[in-house]
Amino acid sequence: MSLKSIYQEVILDHNRKPRHYGSLEHPTHHALGHNPLCGDKIHVDLDIQNEKIERIAFHGESCAICKASCSMMAATVKGKSRQEAETLVQEFRNMLVSGADAESLEHLGRLKILAGVRELPTRVKCAILPWHTLHAAMNSVVDATTEEKTENPAQLAANQ
Amino acid sequence: MKIVDALLTPDIQYPNMEIAQLRSDFPILATTVAGKPLVYLDNAASSQMPQSVIDCLVRYQTSQHANIHRAVHHLSELATHEYEAARHKLQQFIGAREAREVIFTSGTTESINLVMHGYGRKFINRDDEIILTTLEHHSNIVPWQMLAEEKGARIRVVPINDAGELLLDEYQQLFNARTRFVALSHVSNALGTINPAKEMIAFAHEKGVPVLIDGAQAAPHMQVDVQALDCDFYAFSAHKMCGPTGIGVLYGKAHLLESMQPFKGGGDMIASVSFEQTIYNELPYKFEAGTPPIMAAIGFGAAIDYLNSAGLDKIAAFEHALLVYATEAISAIPGVRIIGNSPQKVAVISFTIDGIHPHDVGTLLNEDGVAVRTGHHCAQPIMQRFNIPATSRASFSFYNTKNEIDTLVAGIRSAQKVFAL
Repeated sequence: MSLKSIYQEVILDHNRKPRHYGSLEHPTHHALGHNPLCGDKIHVDLDIQNEKIERIAFHGESCAICKASCSMMAATVKGKSRQEAETLVQEFRNMLVSGADAESLEHLGRLKILAGVRELPTRVKCAILPWHTLHAAMNSVVDATTEEKTENPAQLAANQ
Repeated sequence: MKIVDALLTPDIQYPNMEIAQLRSDFPILATTVAGKPLVYLDNAASSQMPQSVIDCLVRYQTSQHANIHRAVHHLSELATHEYEAARHKLQQFIGAREAREVIFTSGTTESINLVMHGYGRKFINRDDEIILTTLEHHSNIVPWQMLAEEKGARIRVVPINDAGELLLDEYQQLFNARTRFVALSHVSNALGTINPAKEMIAFAHEKGVPVLIDGAQAAPHMQVDVQALDCDFYAFSAHKMCGPTGIGVLYGKAHLLESMQPFKGGGDMIASVSFEQTIYNELPYKFEAGTPPIMAAIGFGAAIDYLNSAGLDKIAAFEHALLVYATEAISAIPGVRIIGNSPQKVAVISFTIDGIHPHDVGTLLNEDGVAVRTGHHCAQPIMQRFNIPATSRASFSFYNTKNEIDTLVAGIRSAQKVFAL
C-alpha cells in the first residue's frame, strides 16, 4: 500500500476522530511519552482492574502517524489483559523495528496496516511512541511519590 | 514575481541569467526520489556539491595526499601547500586581515566551542553576563550555558517581535557593567532573518564587549567582510556552502586569538614539548591540534573558488528573487502561515499548515520528491516564542528554480487534499 493511501485510508480517519481521546479521571496507571526529536508528546491513562485494562484514554500533541497509532492501539487493548497488551506491544515493535513477517504477528489484526511506516525509518518512532508509552504506563504504578518515575521509562524508550 | 520570471525565462536578457545555468554543475540534482525528480529545498541544513569540488577531492586523494606540516618529502610539501592555499582563499573570502586569523575547525559548532573554551573560560567569571538572542541555533546556546553553569555566569537573551526580528532597544538595555560577551547569529537558520550584525557589534564595542557571529547561514548567501563588520569572531561551515562536511572556520582577531587558551592539546599545536613545559605554537596552529581533515579543507578552498566564480552578489540577488516568488506563492495557499516575515531575509521559508503536523508535511512532500526540513530546526526557543511545536522549512540555493517552487506549492496543496482540508 502506498504511503499516501495509508494516510488517506487509515491515518486520517483516526487523526480526525481519534478513539478514546481524552484523559481518565482516576487512572491507576499513567505515562507521558516524549519524542525529543520532533517534540511529540502523548499521555496515556489506564484503568487496570484485576490485570485487565478496563479503560484507556490518551491525549497530547503529535503528528498524524503517532495519533493514529495511539488511537488504534487504544481501541485494540481496551478490555485486554495486561499480558495480552504486552504481547501486542512486542508484536508491534517487531513489525516496525525488526521487520517481522506478517504471519508471525498473530494478534495485531488491523494494526498491520501500519507496517507501511517501516519504509520511512524517520517516522517509525512516531508510530511506536504510543506503544512505548503504554508499556511504561503498565509497568509503573502512579502515586504522588513515583509520578516522576512514570514519565521516565517512556522518555528513555523514545530515545532508543 | 516579475523579477523571477525575467530571471528564469531564457529569452529575456538579464545579467544574472548565468546563475540559473549553474544548476548543471551539481550532479545530485539530476537524481530522482520516489520516482520523481529531486527538488532539494533543504540547503540550510546542508548544500550540495558541484562537480569541481568533487573533482578536487578525488584529485587530492588520488595524487597529492600526505600529512601536513611534518615531513620534508614531496607529497607532504604538496599537501601542506594545498592546505595553506585553502586557508588563504578563506582569508580573502571573508576579508580577514591576515591568514593566521583563519583557523580550520570541524565546523561552526566546534568554532563556537573553541571560543567558549579558549576565550570564555579564561575571561568570563562569576556573575558576568553573556548576551545571546532568541534566534540562536542550539550550537550558539548550549556552549554558553555550559560555560555559565561552570562559572556561575548569567545568560541574557535578546527577544524578537512577531516578524522574527531582534528588538534592538531591548538588546541595548541588556548591557550593564557585568556584560562580558555577545554571541549572535548573522542569519537565523530557522526563520532566515538577517540580523543587523554590524550595528549590534558597534554598540557592543562602545561598551567594550567582544562579539562572536555565528555565520553558518550567512556565509553561503552574502558577501561577508569581517573587517567591515568589525566582529571579533566569525564562525561558519563548508558543507552549507558547496563544500564538504567536517570542515569549517573560526575567524578571530589576532590579538584576541593570541590571548586565548588552546582548545585542544596535541601535535602540530606546539612549539616545543617537555614534561616540564609546553610552549604553544603560533597562530593559527595553536588551535589546530592533531591531523586536520586535509582533504575537506582543500575541498573547502575549491568550494570558495566556485562561489567566487559565480559571484556572491549575483547569488544573493538571484536567491532573493527566488524568495520573493516563493513567499508570494506559499502565502497564497489558504491555511498556510509563514513564520518569520522580516523584509531582511535570506531565501528561507519556515511555515505551518493548519491541521497538518510538519512531520506529516515532510513525509507527504517527500512522496513528490521534495526535500524540506521539518522539526524545531535546533532552535527550540524560536518555536516556543511562536508557540508551535515545529515548522516545515524550505531553504533555497542559487541552483533552485521557479519550477521547483511550483512543485513545492503543488505538494503542499496535495498534502492538504490528502488530509481532506
